[in-house]
Amino acid sequence: MRNLQTHLRQLRERAEKALTVPSAFGPDFDPALYLKEATGAGTADGDLSRRMREAMLLSGFDPEERDRAGSFMQQNEEILYEEVGRAYKGQVEIMAIEKALEKYDWLWDYWWQAVPVDADKYTAYAALYQKGGYFIRILPGAQVDRPIQSCLLQSENESSQRVHNIIIAEEGSRAEIISGCTTVPQVETGMHLGISEFYIKKGAFLSFTMIHNWAEEFHVRPRSAAILEEDATFINNYLLLKPVRSLQSNPRAILRGKGARTRFNSIVYGQEDTVLDLGTVLELHAENTRGEAVSRAAADGRSRIMMRGKLVASSNTAQALLECKGILLSPNTEMAAIPELEVLGAPRADLSHEAAVGPISREAVEYLMARGLTEEEATSLLLQGFMKVGITGLPEILEKAVDEMTETISMGTL
Amino acid sequence: MLEVEGLTVKAGDRIILEDISLTIAPGEVHILLGPNGSGKSTLLRAIMGMGDQEIVSGKIVYNGEDITRLSVDERARLGVGIALQHSPALPEVRLRDLAGLLAERYNTSWRSLAQALNCDYLLDRGLNENFSGGESKRAELLQLMIQNPRLLLVDEPESGVDLENIAVVGEALNRLLKGERIKERAKSGLIITHTGYILNYVNADRGYVLINGRLVCEGNPRDLFEVINKRGFEGCLECATCKRI
Repeated sequence: MRNLQTHLRQLRERAEKALTVPSAFGPDFDPALYLKEATGAGTADGDLSRRMREAMLLSGFDPEERDRAGSFMQQNEEILYEEVGRAYKGQVEIMAIEKALEKYDWLWDYWWQAVPVDADKYTAYAALYQKGGYFIRILPGAQVDRPIQSCLLQSENESSQRVHNIIIAEEGSRAEIISGCTTVPQVETGMHLGISEFYIKKGAFLSFTMIHNWAEEFHVRPRSAAILEEDATFINNYLLLKPVRSLQSNPRAILRGKGARTRFNSIVYGQEDTVLDLGTVLELHAENTRGEAVSRAAADGRSRIMMRGKLVASSNTAQALLECKGILLSPNTEMAAIPELEVLGAPRADLSHEAAVGPISREAVEYLMARGLTEEEATSLLLQGFMKVGITGLPEILEKAVDEMTETISMGTL
Repeated sequence: MLEVEGLTVKAGDRIILEDISLTIAPGEVHILLGPNGSGKSTLLRAIMGMGDQEIVSGKIVYNGEDITRLSVDERARLGVGIALQHSPALPEVRLRDLAGLLAERYNTSWRSLAQALNCDYLLDRGLNENFSGGESKRAELLQLMIQNPRLLLVDEPESGVDLENIAVVGEALNRLLKGERIKERAKSGLIITHTGYILNYVNADRGYVLINGRLVCEGNPRDLFEVINKRGFEGCLECATCKRI
């Protein structure tokens, strides 16, 4: 990039100006409270490594790397592992983002291009205090037949991660990424700011599954956006398994190339005092673009869940569907679904939405009980179906996690 | 098999069923007739333990055991099964998943049953979601055939079903009530019917007429139908061909 220093200075200035700008949605907090230096505490003892391993598995990361094309692992601010499987060298690149920016000058052209650096204080803090994150690139035409995995693990209490990830699926490539973000059990409070910028080139296919597994006093602010070129496909799956203090995210997909397609699936379970504000923005700006955003939420305890969704179309041949459905498992929860459709000078664009919020139907539970299922079994079957219905192509790991989650919910609900 | 003794049921402040008594012996099928709103469905639901109505007095005895206070699933596992007039839509549950789960529970196979009931194409759809009347009944019969209850409660099997499907439903009910094996032949049923079509497929031993929450008469089901067809339910009240209760 020409004038890199100028470009970086401009980014820094924009970030500095946004340091006090709250997010448009969700609860506000002060990121400065979580900027203490990582001490590297507790990286060695055997008990911690066992707990780390369990946390990794829970977030979809297989430390044995069975059936994986490559792995990236970051603990707190330290990169622990970055490796591409032997069979996939020349097809995939995985490395720490700092290393990648040093290696590839052109990568600066992607830096803060999909996500605005001054969107709010969280992007600003991530920009000014960034440490780590990954660069994953699937090379042109590569057909990667095993998932690539990454894990961002926080093992220090009251600490934070401020990572910036760039994922590029080059022309005609195909790959699946499973990305887990997790804490170990002794961590109670902290912050995670994660910037993820996806660039899906012409004819490429990328499936990205993110599993979040946080702690009860954690604040999480992922900021991600994907830019899709002609005939590109981007599948984004999101699963939240555990309680969290607050999590606000509104990922965006911008379909710039004709024939581009995207599908966002999210499955979240709000527990205890969790506050979730989750949305999806799909922007369809080219001919024959297709988008679907499907979310399922179950609210338990005293959790508060806001499900947002926005479809924007500026092409007459664009089609998109938004579906938000929530189920209330406790009388003390709050849930709202806010779908939004916007057509910009394209009167024949086809945008639609469906939203529903309510309890588990007593009539349905009783119907299944009349077949001999216990109340727990009936509730579990209904919940399992609810969380997955309409959501297609879930990776096996996610299917299993959802099944386990619904069984736990049913046991606790009754 | 089933003894209902002095059963009085209310919903909110309203008495829906009053002092109902009936006995169904093993192997017998009884028919329940009555105008809309007379409490027929409530009686079946009360026997199954479904709904939020309250049992004020009386008891329900199944195979010598008082089941009045048992939960729905406990009754089902003892051998009581129900086919509702209008089954709720469960878009979250695929028929395939439910059939598989029930087959595991009742240690039986279900594929050939699904085929025989022409349910194959329904297996991957949400249960009863946009099903036609006939599809809904067939899907329910598949579940019941897997469950194989000894006492079958059926609420208007002809409701919303075309003539072709009535034959399928009727034959399946007959098969369910007769049982596959000799030792199963002592199955019993209580069937609500408006049209009486089901009598072409199922041998009914006795019929009751329920009006305003009370059983007003009982007798041969075909005789009851004849009177009702000629003179309506009011005529049934005055008739002398069957036993007044």
